[in-house]
Amino acid sequence: MELILDIFTGICFFIGSLSIIIGACGLIKLPDVFSRIHAAGMIDTGGTAFFILGMVFQSGWSLITVKLILIGVFIFFTSPVTSHVTANLARQKNILPVGKKIGKIL
Amino acid sequence: MKSLILFLILLILWLLMSGHYSILIISLGIFSCAFCVYVAKRGKLIDEEGLPIFFIPRLLNYLIWLFKEILKSNLSTAKVIINGKVEPETFTVKASQVTDVAKVTYANSITLTPGTVTTKMQKDIFEVHALNSDFGNDVRNNEMDNKVTWLEGKK
Repeated sequence: MELILDIFTGICFFIGSLSIIIGACGLIKLPDVFSRIHAAGMIDTGGTAFFILGMVFQSGWSLITVKLILIGVFIFFTSPVTSHVTANLARQKNILPVGKKIGKIL
Repeated sequence: MKSLILFLILLILWLLMSGHYSILIISLGIFSCAFCVYVAKRGKLIDEEGLPIFFIPRLLNYLIWLFKEILKSNLSTAKVIINGKVEPETFTVKASQVTDVAKVTYANSITLTPGTVTTKMQKDIFEVHALNSDFGNDVRNNEMDNKVTWLEGKK
């Protein structure tokens, strides 16, 4: 039983670190600030979700699990706000995104 | 009524976070929760925006759907980053929700799924930036909009 949980934790950590590495590559590789926010969003959601899931497998049914899930909930509430603030500030400084614009933009 | 619900939520949070169940600690918790509710009530913070309880009945269903979407778009974002085929596009969508909280939930859900970000909003028009046209079509077919309107439950 211990072994199975350890294997699940390992798989979750592997997927989590993979998505963080890909997200970090995207931060360097993508063309402009708006596209880079997508890569940062990938780190925020995929990375943290899988790491927290892996840690939940280790902690079992206890109060620590509740605290881990609460950490996840707060990250999920706050990370889109920071992404939106970054994008909105760039738009207010009149930085236009590269690529095509469909219809009239604000 | 709403103050009571807020008090219960705060008390449950206290009990889960502290992990010590002696009479002294619990009574201190009850005291501080009651004080917080008093301050919030005096500041007129307990309204539909501060405590959106109309979300609660359908929240679990929506969260499961949202997690599924986040997983799917995480995979496609990873593919786009590895392939390097980026064709960003910017467009506007109309939000059909009534309350401000639901609009914020919709905008946050768009931002939370990797590949799409809300960059600006004016009343009920959102400007969305997408990594390529697949992500753009996911927002433009209004599936998420309908889900959030259903979560709000006012129509």
